[in-house]
Amino acid sequence: MIDFELYQQVQDFYQDYAMSIDSEQWDKWIDFFVEDCVYKIQSRDNFDNNFPLSALALSSKGMLKDRIYGITETIYHEHYYQTHVVSTPRILKVTENHIESEARYAVFRTKQDGIAEVYNVGRYIDRLVRVDGKLLIESRRCIFDNEMILNSMIYPI
Amino acid sequence: MKIDTKLENRKLSEIPFWAYTDESVYKKELERLFYNDHWCYVGLEVEVQNPGDFKNTLVGERSVVMVRDDEGSINVVENVCAHKGMKFCREKHGKIKDFICPYHQWSYDLKGNLEGVPLLRGMKKDGKVQGGMPKTFKKSAHGLTKLKVAIRGGAVFASFNHDIESLEDYIGEELLGYYDRVFSGRPLKVLGYNKQRIPGNWKLMLENIKDPYHPGLLHTWFVTFGLWRSDNESELKMDKHFRHAAMITTRGAGGKDDQTTNVSSFKGNMELNDKRFLDVKYEDWWNGPTAVMLTLFPSVIIQQQVNSLSTRHIQPNGKGSFDFVWTHFGFEDDSEEMTERRLIQANLFGPAGFVSADDGEAIQFVQEGCQQKPDDSVAIIKMGGIEIDKHTDHMVSETLIRGMYDYWSKKMEG
Repeated sequence: MIDFELYQQVQDFYQDYAMSIDSEQWDKWIDFFVEDCVYKIQSRDNFDNNFPLSALALSSKGMLKDRIYGITETIYHEHYYQTHVVSTPRILKVTENHIESEARYAVFRTKQDGIAEVYNVGRYIDRLVRVDGKLLIESRRCIFDNEMILNSMIYPI
Repeated sequence: MKIDTKLENRKLSEIPFWAYTDESVYKKELERLFYNDHWCYVGLEVEVQNPGDFKNTLVGERSVVMVRDDEGSINVVENVCAHKGMKFCREKHGKIKDFICPYHQWSYDLKGNLEGVPLLRGMKKDGKVQGGMPKTFKKSAHGLTKLKVAIRGGAVFASFNHDIESLEDYIGEELLGYYDRVFSGRPLKVLGYNKQRIPGNWKLMLENIKDPYHPGLLHTWFVTFGLWRSDNESELKMDKHFRHAAMITTRGAGGKDDQTTNVSSFKGNMELNDKRFLDVKYEDWWNGPTAVMLTLFPSVIIQQQVNSLSTRHIQPNGKGSFDFVWTHFGFEDDSEEMTERRLIQANLFGPAGFVSADDGEAIQFVQEGCQQKPDDSVAIIKMGGIEIDKHTDHMVSETLIRGMYDYWSKKMEG
């Protein structure tokens, strides 16, 4: 059953997640996931046509940690800011421990030159799990419409 | 500024910045390289498996459609209606019976022949014929522009020039074996696509994959895990025209040695939390090398990096920008485990790749630098000498880039 309390909790969850990325608190981002998790950033074209390839496909918390090490230590790139605007969630299914939900997002990228661009637009398709009263991500798929990525994609969405 | 595309041999090691920034040079490249005398990559046969299946793609800047017809042949036609010039095919892929331009319903068969013109003989009204095309109008003279098509081992190439040499001669005997190694005819399976728009001149991407000097420096993962670095056993090869090239390497042990500990990108203490990223499994068809990067001038790079396979299609859209389209694939008879491995290793490549993301960044910033410098500035391509070595058995050389510019200047002359 979806009551206001649950709705509020899921809504907070989406906003907190976005804030962790926009403020580049990468450890906090990792902690949104359970150990055995799936995180994918995939084009809508691949998703709709059942092609398994993603731009980024991580399938454990260890891989998330490796990604953060990559963006902070090994992948050469020019730094950019991200601002996520995330819609209110659509809660699709609730069971005792799991919630299936979706939300739409738009990510704006601002590089050193100060011009904000629409960088990535799509939806989250999520499976959340309740652990000790807290919501965590079992699976998050970021399915983006704008198939043509503006050069490189360094940070998580 | 006078643009002289002739590069004297002694100057092959100095590439003028205007090669990346001049509009007239770029226009000439489209005409002479992409639209004439060169086979350009359009896709994989498996992308149009059944009659009527089509894929919308590009040769240079020109939109073309690759389609399988009822006889099972693959045709490539230009996506411009012979009537008013409308770019009629708007879907990226799909299935059709014939091509119909929605504007005036001119229809074409899957070979590009004009079949139907509504009101061709006019309209009868009150015993009179109104309108219609002139008697001299011949449907046979108004088909879609047809490209010549060549297929080898599952990959499809097209050319606007119907008198072009065979694809085999085009690739050249020096490199054909490396091509056939990936495209042996073993049925392929597409895993999906990644696309990125890189704000740099298209040649910079070919240079990047003809440049074995940078991977062991820029790419931490390659250095640290021994996938690609200067002390690996390697070869650099070219076709007789020096336009195409293969960089061939065999993975070393990784870890420390005298050379690499000095490289700032080397991370001696780096350990993966999840080792599956580099769970490399030797495949028999490799016949030795763990990576072969093949550049087929001017349009495609064929990648085998351990278990990750892709074509990287170069689609220029201006002197300072190109779209880079990655088609990742495996083989139809891959085990589920192998498919999973290829997908996990795909994380190293593409616009978000642990390794490749920084190539796009580097190319963008090179383009920015070339655009701001005076016209007589040059890039220094002297690693390994100033001549072209037809065969190099190490990675400390930019010979493949010098080779490409030797060919390029010959084609661009005059």
